[in-house]
Amino acid sequence: MTFLIQQTLLYAVPLMIVALAGVFAERSGIINLALEGIMIFGAFVGVLFVNVMQGVSFFSDAYAAKNWLALQGLELLAMLVTAVMGAVFSLLLSFASVNLKADQTIGGTALNLMAPALVLFFIRIIANQNSLGMADGSDAASWFMLKKSTFGIDRKTDLGFLGETFINKVYLATYVCIILYVILSVLLYKTKFGLRLRSCGENPQAADSLGINVYKMRYAGTTISGALAGMGGFVYALTTANCTSTGDVAGFGFLALAVMIFGNWKPLNIAGAALLFGLFKCIAASYTSIDINGDGVCMLATMPISSHVYRMLPYVITLVVLAFTSQKSRAPKAEGVPYDKGQR
Amino acid sequence: MKNQGKTLLQREGTKAVLASLISIVIGLAVGSILVLVVGLCSESISLAGIWDGIRLIFAGLFSSKVDGQIVWGFNPVNFGNMLFRATPLILTGLSVAVAFKTGLFNIGAPGQYLMGTMATLAIALGIPSAALPGPVIWLLAFLGGALAGALWGCIPGMVKAFLNINEVLACIMTNWIAANLVTWFFDATKVFQNTVENTKSDNIYKTIYGRTMVDGAWTYVEGNGVQTAKLGLDKIFPGSQVNAGILVAVVIGIGVYILMTKTTLGYQLKACGANRHAAHYAGINDKRNIVLSMAIAGALSGAGAALYWLAGNTEFAWQTYQSLPAAGFNGIPVALLAANHPIGVIFTGCFMSMLSIVGLQLTNLTAYNEYITDVIISVIVYLSAFSLLIKMLLSARKKDKPAATAPDSPREDEPAEQASAEKGGEQA
Repeated sequence: MTFLIQQTLLYAVPLMIVALAGVFAERSGIINLALEGIMIFGAFVGVLFVNVMQGVSFFSDAYAAKNWLALQGLELLAMLVTAVMGAVFSLLLSFASVNLKADQTIGGTALNLMAPALVLFFIRIIANQNSLGMADGSDAASWFMLKKSTFGIDRKTDLGFLGETFINKVYLATYVCIILYVILSVLLYKTKFGLRLRSCGENPQAADSLGINVYKMRYAGTTISGALAGMGGFVYALTTANCTSTGDVAGFGFLALAVMIFGNWKPLNIAGAALLFGLFKCIAASYTSIDINGDGVCMLATMPISSHVYRMLPYVITLVVLAFTSQKSRAPKAEGVPYDKGQR
Repeated sequence: MKNQGKTLLQREGTKAVLASLISIVIGLAVGSILVLVVGLCSESISLAGIWDGIRLIFAGLFSSKVDGQIVWGFNPVNFGNMLFRATPLILTGLSVAVAFKTGLFNIGAPGQYLMGTMATLAIALGIPSAALPGPVIWLLAFLGGALAGALWGCIPGMVKAFLNINEVLACIMTNWIAANLVTWFFDATKVFQNTVENTKSDNIYKTIYGRTMVDGAWTYVEGNGVQTAKLGLDKIFPGSQVNAGILVAVVIGIGVYILMTKTTLGYQLKACGANRHAAHYAGINDKRNIVLSMAIAGALSGAGAALYWLAGNTEFAWQTYQSLPAAGFNGIPVALLAANHPIGVIFTGCFMSMLSIVGLQLTNLTAYNEYITDVIISVIVYLSAFSLLIKMLLSARKKDKPAATAPDSPREDEPAEQASAEKGGEQA
């Protein structure tokens, strides 16, 4: 059970935060199809940043001295850097779709093509191979993973169910993302800024007539979106992709888009959808070692079902659930429509 | 009619071609700048290396490697391989273009391509060589691939039409389902896995291998004739992989052009793309047309896959559940660069495959790698998003004059003009 919850969270959190990134863009009226590209870019920037920083003596000394505070600081710093770079990268999309009123789908597709190309180009130049790791050795995870020993607790102590699940073998980034998710959802729904942003995605003409600068709001929406997606890319690389960047995030950006539509553009529903999706993703990845009721028998592995079925399951479930719920689904009304002041 | 009284430069088509050409030139220039910057920053790349890189970006097709040196001039291998690689790109490009014309974004081409691959290989390798002559098996496999793609394309079309599920989402889901389904199929059937050649069990047999009864057991023997005819193209481009598949692709491209511009069905599809509700009001069955459009798109992607694998000289790595074929996604830039014009797609497909040859030459001949051509493609696609805007500005400026005399007429034209730009340039 502990394993199941931890793994589900590892898959669900990047999905959730990137889906929220999609919400910020679409609620402001911009379709951000580039989530995948921004994630790939963010993952690369984060891995490269950590890779370089590990060479800096301050951090390598901290690692040698097991100064966990400094290392977690590095993780937070990397998240910040990837967020900034993701935001900068997303400006390409905002510029095209807000200032030039270009087709947002094409702009997003272009970024999706550009990110892996640029990333792989640089990885090949830097590392002379197709993947770039955070550390030279295979122990990159040991830099950032929180374990019992991190808090000075003996390895053999049993912390109980909650302790084992949420303190042992986890990443700080997961919790930071969850906190950010809550804060930003409140920002979007309970503040003046959020209301203004959402109004630009529903009826920009009305918003403009009330003195809201639609262009600025759309820039804000896409920039927050880019920052979150970039950070989500780094979190994905850190927690689920073995701390490497390969110019690929296994379609997570598109899945996040699916989760967003699945969650009906509402934060609470999205969190639920992401958890459901994460659960099935986790079952697909490690169904052979999941012991649900703790009797030592891995029930799913003993059943005569092909592993391919489990891998297919998250996607099939999404389609089926959508088939039942999509009649009610309602996208922001003005999404994808460039705002033109002169238009009625 | 609408081109009457206009010079060549003022025609819509000319403007579209010009916009694409400008995008291409800027894209190549950006690629060159990247080569220059990286070359200047890197110590291992000399000035001569930078110059070689830039020249290869613009004229890589005309380069060949002789004794480790770059030699410039006509290279038949490059040309032939360009045409061979263009074949699936043209068809996936057509697939995306047809869907775009109906107002749908077919990001599901990779999945349709995979299903086409599966059906084609299963038919080509499943029918015993002795049962039917090679060309008949070829034809069956080709049609089977197209049909499988069509059926797979139907799924997003149907859920879009009847259940109101966003087609982008449905396409993404069906892509990954297809990737797993294909892996599952080849994993479960086992017979198609290449066991004749050692160390190649991760691949499926080439289609030139035929199912033959030897000593009471089914085995695979090379040479059953299931491969695309060369039709003398290998004489023109000796040493390359080219075959008649490119001709089939061109014929299909012309066929799609006729379908979209000269038939009732094409008109209905475009009407649904321009405004689904207006088309419905005008008595067009919009749901049927959405499904049909996705089915045609899927058939085209599946046919692309069939032509690629039936060439008989390439092996399919069947464990594909973690990645989707690039040939499917690259249909999107091919269609966008051609502004969704079927004839244009034939040329942009060749252009894209030329870029991939350029990438290979860059990897072989310089310190750079093939990904720079992907950067160029992405820049071109990014710019093609503006090219619609540029065309719109050109058209809008011309409307200023009649506006002075008849103030109502431009206002009526405007929404239609903008709607077409928003839908991805149906009119272009």
